[in-house]
Amino acid sequence: MAHKAALMPLACFAVLAGVFAMALLREHNPAILPSALIGKPAPALELPAALKGSKGLTPEALTGGITAVNIFASWCVTCVGEQPTLMQMKKDGVTVLGIAYKDSRENIALWLQKHGNPFSAVGLDEKGRAAIDWGVYGVPETYFIDAEGIVRHKHIGALSMQDYTAKLKPLLEEMRK
Amino acid sequence: MIIELGHFALVFALLLSLAMAAVPLFGAHRERESWMRLAKPAAISISGLVTISFFSLIHAYALSDFSVRMVVENSHTMKPVIYKIAAVWGNHEGSMLLWALILALWTTRLVRQKEIPLPLQARALGVAGLLQAGFLSFILFASSPFQRLEPPAKEGLDLNPVLQDVLLAIHPPVLYMGYVGFSIAFCLAAAALIEKKADSNWAGILRPYAMTAWIFLTCGIGLGSFWAYYELGWGGFWFWDPVENASLLPWLAGTALLHSVAVLEKRGSLRGWTVFLAILAFSLSLTGTFLVRSGVLTSVHAFASDPLRGVFILALLGAMTGGALLLYAFRAPYLKIAGGFRPVSRESALLLNNVFLFTVLATVFTGTVYPVILSALDLGTVTVGPPYYTLCLTPLLVPFALLMGAGPNLAWREAQLAPVLKKLILPFVAAAGLALLPGFLRSEFQPVATALIFAASYIGAATLQELFTKTNRFRHFRLPASFYGMVLAHLGFAVMLAGATASTAWKSEETLWMKPQQILAFADYDITLRGIQAGLGKNYDFDRAQLTVATEGLAVGTLAPEKRWYPGAQRATSETGLLRDGLGIVYATLGDADAKDPLRRVLRFYFHPFILLLPLGVTLIALGGAVALLRRKRGEHGA
Repeated sequence: MAHKAALMPLACFAVLAGVFAMALLREHNPAILPSALIGKPAPALELPAALKGSKGLTPEALTGGITAVNIFASWCVTCVGEQPTLMQMKKDGVTVLGIAYKDSRENIALWLQKHGNPFSAVGLDEKGRAAIDWGVYGVPETYFIDAEGIVRHKHIGALSMQDYTAKLKPLLEEMRK
Repeated sequence: MIIELGHFALVFALLLSLAMAAVPLFGAHRERESWMRLAKPAAISISGLVTISFFSLIHAYALSDFSVRMVVENSHTMKPVIYKIAAVWGNHEGSMLLWALILALWTTRLVRQKEIPLPLQARALGVAGLLQAGFLSFILFASSPFQRLEPPAKEGLDLNPVLQDVLLAIHPPVLYMGYVGFSIAFCLAAAALIEKKADSNWAGILRPYAMTAWIFLTCGIGLGSFWAYYELGWGGFWFWDPVENASLLPWLAGTALLHSVAVLEKRGSLRGWTVFLAILAFSLSLTGTFLVRSGVLTSVHAFASDPLRGVFILALLGAMTGGALLLYAFRAPYLKIAGGFRPVSRESALLLNNVFLFTVLATVFTGTVYPVILSALDLGTVTVGPPYYTLCLTPLLVPFALLMGAGPNLAWREAQLAPVLKKLILPFVAAAGLALLPGFLRSEFQPVATALIFAASYIGAATLQELFTKTNRFRHFRLPASFYGMVLAHLGFAVMLAGATASTAWKSEETLWMKPQQILAFADYDITLRGIQAGLGKNYDFDRAQLTVATEGLAVGTLAPEKRWYPGAQRATSETGLLRDGLGIVYATLGDADAKDPLRRVLRFYFHPFILLLPLGVTLIALGGAVALLRRKRGEHGA
């Protein structure tokens, strides 16, 4: 016969195990922090070109087709990891725009030369002002904008190939409709 | 070929574990001696097989066999040999195998246990067999380190350079010795519940296991904290990170267990509670592993998150802890035997100690799992930070300290309070004076620091006073080893608490841009940046700042913080520059260069006074445990 007090630990443990199971089994992604921009028009883009001889970012850059706006920096170590994914996205017909956050033209040029350049245009956000408009938490972050210029999705952190194929591809398909 | 041999050995070990679980447990139930005796050879064979399996992995890593998937993912030919071998347990799969190996080795220690009744031993080994079967099936079915790669890779993907560190290489084995060591206490507790019997003899068998595990855990936590201090470059030694808490929780439960098992061994009381703590210590080790491995809690340390593994570990946790607690619910009432003691006695003091430790444990546990609970119930994402712990733990520590000073003075069974209180006036006054001193010197009053310094000095003073009286003013030292162990551990706790408080409350911090030859006046020092040099290390290139530190014109030493780039892993790390001055440490990290002027660099400095008291305190605590383990000799009797 079980004593009431002796049952207490088991009861507590059962509750905890239940909570752990719930935490584990629900789709769990701590990286999803809501962005106030989702479902709203993207902030106006007005940034000088980061690379000599190429164009900067203008509001027109966001019209026509699906655009990914990637906020990166040459001093950002994890950004290196997402370059192949961005390249793949470019191959798949997504216009990839870059915003270089608190960076210098020399470093960006060197960095893109070393790690590849998936961007059709790169704007330089020297003081980090544009990043404030976009609500950037840190680099890298990527925003997905549909043909109407509405922000549909925000990805925080480096975009892995897995993120892209598992989550973003279906989303992009949907945005194309 | 050798890898397949290792894989096969592990499969065989799993089958043997199942046999070790079933046959002796059933044999003990039916009182068949020959069945019970089977546990010993089974345990020894399992440890042999798991060792073979582990060495097959070491072999693959040492020779950089890139046809093995884990080797490709975690090693590199350019890596120094010691890190190639450490890479075996630097990842999820390998560290689970290390866990199984350590469990197997601990189990063989139980096989050699003297003066243990055969049924108790057979049952404990049987439960160990159940645990081992659980871990081995987790390795084989959900995280096999033996997978081959077809075709083999040409080169490995390196180990995270942050993890390329001697301290970190030895940290997991030490920590696991602690975690897994508690499994033996767990097995003995389960066996006691099956037998409905937990007496002084049982406590005497359990205590050395719990103590040894606790010593390893103490060292493991200390090493981890020291590693975080100099490697992460954040200028702190404890971040209340979930992974750190995961190692602290079983330590707290283990500390409580060591105090309650002493009561059971000497006086025969607190039986059910001691059994419960033995179950708790290991369950918390498991929970910690679960929280880290499953990705339920994200943290800087999380290096493997896989939902399937999480489900598997949760099932293991449910079966092991749930099973033991179920047994506890039905059998603990039988353990109750009237072993009465008065409200004022050593027993009460130790019980009160358990209440405090348990409250601290509950506080840390709540802070750790609260974010998980919130996110499970869709109530948002939060993190619980240091302010919560400071706020909750400081008020607990002061009464805890008062008790810690008084407890060892009380006699077993029934004690007189008045003389003890009278005796403690001296340490109390001394500690109060010491605690108020920094306030006078600096003409600023920090309430939290004052309270904690008071707690630390009071524990220190009361413990020394107790040593003084018990040894009859240092005239005779023939006291039980456990007394000296207690003195060392309590002094260690006081020293550690003082170090943690002083280095946090009176630290200095400065971040700035510096150019060569620039001089910074920082804390009591003048720090000069002599220059920045670039160079090539073993498998990385680096920038190194040369700094000289002087105080009042006299040179103290140099600091050389580095920024490293590992091309193999495409990662940058920063190496802290440390300079010891007395008990304090001057700490420097090198940051980025100015884009326009590469000679201008960001530098960050910390000065942590008295921080060396921390490792000193932790060492004393661990040493106290080791001393308490020494066998009683020459007719000494228990304290």
